[in-house]
Amino acid sequence: MPSENQEKQASSMNFLALSNDSTAKTFIMATLVCLVCAVFVSVAAVALKPLQILNKELDKKKNILQVAGLYQDGDDIEAAFSKIDIKLIDLSTGEYTTEYDAQSYDERKAAKDPALNVAIEKASDLASIRMRPKVMPVYQVKEDGVVKQLILPINGYGLWSTLYGFLAVESDGQTIVGLSFYEHAETPGLGGEVDNPKWKGTWSGKKIYGSEGDVGIEVVKGAVVPGNKNEAFQVDGLAGATLTSRGVSNMLKYWMGSEGYQKYLAKIQANGV
Amino acid sequence: MDKETKKIILDPLVDNNPIGLQVLGVCSALAVTTNLGTAVVMTLALTAVTACSNLSISMIRNHIPSAIRIIVQMTIIASLVIVVDQVLKAYVYDLSKQLSVFVGLIITNCIVMGRAEAFAMKNPPGISFLDGIGNGLGYGFVLMVVGVCRELFGTGKLFGVEILSTVNDGGWYVPNGLMLLPPSAFFIIGLMIWAIRTFRPAQVEDPDFKIKDVSGTEAV
Repeated sequence: MPSENQEKQASSMNFLALSNDSTAKTFIMATLVCLVCAVFVSVAAVALKPLQILNKELDKKKNILQVAGLYQDGDDIEAAFSKIDIKLIDLSTGEYTTEYDAQSYDERKAAKDPALNVAIEKASDLASIRMRPKVMPVYQVKEDGVVKQLILPINGYGLWSTLYGFLAVESDGQTIVGLSFYEHAETPGLGGEVDNPKWKGTWSGKKIYGSEGDVGIEVVKGAVVPGNKNEAFQVDGLAGATLTSRGVSNMLKYWMGSEGYQKYLAKIQANGV
Repeated sequence: MDKETKKIILDPLVDNNPIGLQVLGVCSALAVTTNLGTAVVMTLALTAVTACSNLSISMIRNHIPSAIRIIVQMTIIASLVIVVDQVLKAYVYDLSKQLSVFVGLIITNCIVMGRAEAFAMKNPPGISFLDGIGNGLGYGFVLMVVGVCRELFGTGKLFGVEILSTVNDGGWYVPNGLMLLPPSAFFIIGLMIWAIRTFRPAQVEDPDFKIKDVSGTEAV
């Protein structure tokens, strides 16, 4: 920061001549350093914001594509994304809604907006997120005009952070295609292994709802016992990341439950997309 | 390059390594070395912060009141770290996601603070800047060695490119899971310090106390 020095030399020579330990100089120096640093940080933050937002949007789209299995490294994200239809659903009824513009709807902003969110009662707040939007987007992956997959945004608390991600479900509303998180701050190497492709691969083909319509899907501690009757609903826990695994399990229980996508998915199961 | 500049840049690599000799900045060295990509970005980030903070602190060193010395240094370092973090988020988004909180934690990295306090406060800007670069490289050198060991033996890859084909992908190499956990970096750094001190005995500290032989009697 060369400007810092020049600025100080440009200010009055009296101040520079003051003893370093005088109260006046201590205050002046503290103020000057804070000012220069504040300007420096703000300029960088404001100037880089558009790029960062763009990165985040692309990353989100890339994650939607990846969870649907439509993305290979180097693909044009925007082009691949054109296969996907965005629709909004009202979680309380499970019906589609056109109240808001689907393209620009941001469920994360909505979760913080008192006009668009609902508070979750403590007892049923499995995902520890306190608020959820009334309306959530669903990304429908189409092939030749037929909906093949539904991609549902989910979020919930792990160990250190809220994990934001997507669950891809087949058009039967019951079979999982994949799970992927695009934002979290879990411990790299432990909880951060939610990004591990191998672990993500174990979700494929698992079932969400049990025969009674209850949410069966869960992350177990350790490895799934082969051949047990719940095998189709269970996914291996992450070694060394009990709390993150539990967080993922709870967030699915919440989002697939009656306050989440259950009504919508029940309709899909009954009537098709 | 004259001799002194060379010494300032090259000394921290082995002879006065911030991790090896001073044992500073170990926490982040454990965290970001699971693969080489993050280790390289972390090295660049830390080098940039140390060099720039040394430079700016050195420029105003004669006017920093000693009562608020540390706070002034921290303010400058913190601002630089925030800017570096923002730049990473804007230009290398994927890597910055992997580094997550550790870029922010450069603020608390003792190497940056240590160089500011020990070198930049007493030396002119140019040479302080070089000292920052030298120490960043010294930190980076250790990160590279640890990163190569961990990524190669932990996943069979270097920079994400397969070197040893692992059993899971149909090869012969059984990856060592310990290498991906932070304790393995502790072992590797410990072994490195041992190796460096074997070849540079001057770095070995005197023991705090010695057990003496007492002739003719048993120790009481």
